[in-house]
Amino acid sequence: MIRTEELLLNVGPQHPSTHGVFRIVVKLDGEIITEATPVMGYLHRGTEKLAENLNFTQIIPYTDRMDYVSAMTNNYVLVHAVEKLMGLEVPERAEFLRLIVMELQRVASHLVWWGTYLLDIGALSPFLYAFNDRERILDLFNELCGARLTYNYMRVGGVKWDAPDGWIDKVKELVRYLYGQLEEYDALVSGNEIFLSRIKGVGAYDAKTAIAYGLSGANLRSTGVKWDLRKNEPYSLYDRFEFDVPVGRNGDCYDRYLIRVEEIRQSLRILEQALEQFPEGGETMGKVPRVIRPPAGEIYVRIESPRGEIGCYIVSKGKAEPYRLKFRRPSFVNLQILPKLLVGESMTNLVTILGGIDIVLGEVDC
Amino acid sequence: MQHYWNSPVTWGHAGIYLLGAIAVLAVVIFFVTYAIYFERKVIGWMQFRQGPNRTGPLGLLQTAADVAKLLMKEDTIPARADRVLFILAPVLAFVPSFLVLAIIPYGLNLQFADLNVGFLYYIALSGVTTIAIVVAGWASNNKYALLGGMRSAAQMISYEVPLVMSVVGVAMMTGSLNLRDIVIGQEGYFWHWNFIPQILGFAVFVIAAVSELNRTPFDLPEAESELVAGYHVEYSGFRFAFFMLSEYVYMYAIACLGTILFLGGWNPPLPQLDFIPGLIWFALKFACIVFFLFWIRATLPRLRVDQLMGLAWKVLLPIAIANIFLTALGIEWFG
Repeated sequence: MIRTEELLLNVGPQHPSTHGVFRIVVKLDGEIITEATPVMGYLHRGTEKLAENLNFTQIIPYTDRMDYVSAMTNNYVLVHAVEKLMGLEVPERAEFLRLIVMELQRVASHLVWWGTYLLDIGALSPFLYAFNDRERILDLFNELCGARLTYNYMRVGGVKWDAPDGWIDKVKELVRYLYGQLEEYDALVSGNEIFLSRIKGVGAYDAKTAIAYGLSGANLRSTGVKWDLRKNEPYSLYDRFEFDVPVGRNGDCYDRYLIRVEEIRQSLRILEQALEQFPEGGETMGKVPRVIRPPAGEIYVRIESPRGEIGCYIVSKGKAEPYRLKFRRPSFVNLQILPKLLVGESMTNLVTILGGIDIVLGEVDC
Repeated sequence: MQHYWNSPVTWGHAGIYLLGAIAVLAVVIFFVTYAIYFERKVIGWMQFRQGPNRTGPLGLLQTAADVAKLLMKEDTIPARADRVLFILAPVLAFVPSFLVLAIIPYGLNLQFADLNVGFLYYIALSGVTTIAIVVAGWASNNKYALLGGMRSAAQMISYEVPLVMSVVGVAMMTGSLNLRDIVIGQEGYFWHWNFIPQILGFAVFVIAAVSELNRTPFDLPEAESELVAGYHVEYSGFRFAFFMLSEYVYMYAIACLGTILFLGGWNPPLPQLDFIPGLIWFALKFACIVFFLFWIRATLPRLRVDQLMGLAWKVLLPIAIANIFLTALGIEWFG
């Protein structure tokens, strides 16, 4: 009589494909997962609690460290919330700079995702190509604000630094270059038979499930729901530019892949237009009181980060520090569907599905 | 060395064999050292990187430094591991990889053992390494290692079948499994070589060989992104080096085998090039196959386990069998 039993396997927190300190305890029947329990919190720093003792300008660097792959959008969601609460006007030049860095950030973030996802699937080279191109974007950020990852660039009422001379031209050149690179990426990867067989039909769910789990970003759009806050609730200057919102049909990893690659292209389109319309002169800081004291009240704003809908909820009692600050982190919310998707899949698909969700652990744990 | 084969064994002959064995060992170790260097350089260039360039001129001593580091590392054995098997496994993986080299003919008279069942000898011995990998996975007392070991066993057993079948066509054309006879059967220039009539067999052979070597896109046993390192996850220091060494020695062996079976061994490709010695042609063809292995490693993603099995049994095996049938028809009709 052969006795078989399930294998309890601890994946992470130190594992090459959990993209950080994330842990999943999986029960394996052979190589098939029968149960998966995510364990989070290894990177919890208590950002929201810390923020209660900081004034709003001091909170901005903390947002850099949430989604450190896309710090610009995090900066924006906080300053945008405060500005809305205070009814501040932001000068056009500053708003343009914000939009340009946010879209560059989206491209950079998607490039990181693209490279690491291919690495998860087992292809080594795309990772280096993607990071090579992301490096060019980071160089531009470096030139703009002196930092490569945690920028602390935006301020309530504007941005900290104006674009240096010739910076806009460099971005224009980069956009042209990236268009060409995207063609090459598509040629190298998007049609690869092995790659397609690995991701087509894997980790599929329908629109109803996606909405029930509160998914957003490419995870939601892959099911065919056309929901992009840049289009649906335009903030910043997004209503001035033409771009498409790519949607999928099957809600599988393949659709998510295509959407993210297409989103890079659409971001480049937005960048092209924004760089054309970039105002010649003007202020980069609006009229902001010396001490930022939003009036008593509460506000929730949400914007489209590369990973989905990032929200910021502020309760103010009229002091320089928020009474309560809460971030809706898309990585954390999107991750909730993972245990459901993993049941019945193999160990190999665990990596494919987890990578397809596109999480950043700094944001999951916050 | 053929004439020693049929003469009585004396101390002198034994001594010569010993020297020969040491020479082969030296050649293979040299190959492994520079194959690793070459691999890192080639993949580095393909990825816009420099590759190793700090240790010695052009980084040529990088592998030597790595080996020295591995030698000096602490030798750890997990507390709950099966000690005997844990220590035995690297040896078990390494020994057959060297044994298979005995039958490789580098030139008309440059060969250790002129076995009539040369190819079968290769398959039989290389199968032993599979056992070593399962043993390593089992003895480590680590779940990742165990999964890697099991995968490897399934993969290598599955791919040995199409590998053998793909060579049957060559054996039919030559009427022999003797590797030297197979090369002699391809005497002439590139249009005489087996890869043209046996193009199907060659394709199956290459794919199955990549899989036997556990290299991308078939590197599932050590799939880094899922299983961290697979069966050798608990091995460190020189035991780990032995696994790596045996992997590269197999690469050497498979590249030699591909050269011999399909690419005409030491024969030059064109009549005008006859003046270049056969050994150089052998080395060139061999280097092309090795380069091909590095190239696909830099290019392709990895297959999934079930797809891997499906490919072996549903695609490669039928093609290989069809190839045998077509070869038989060809021999019947055209002689």
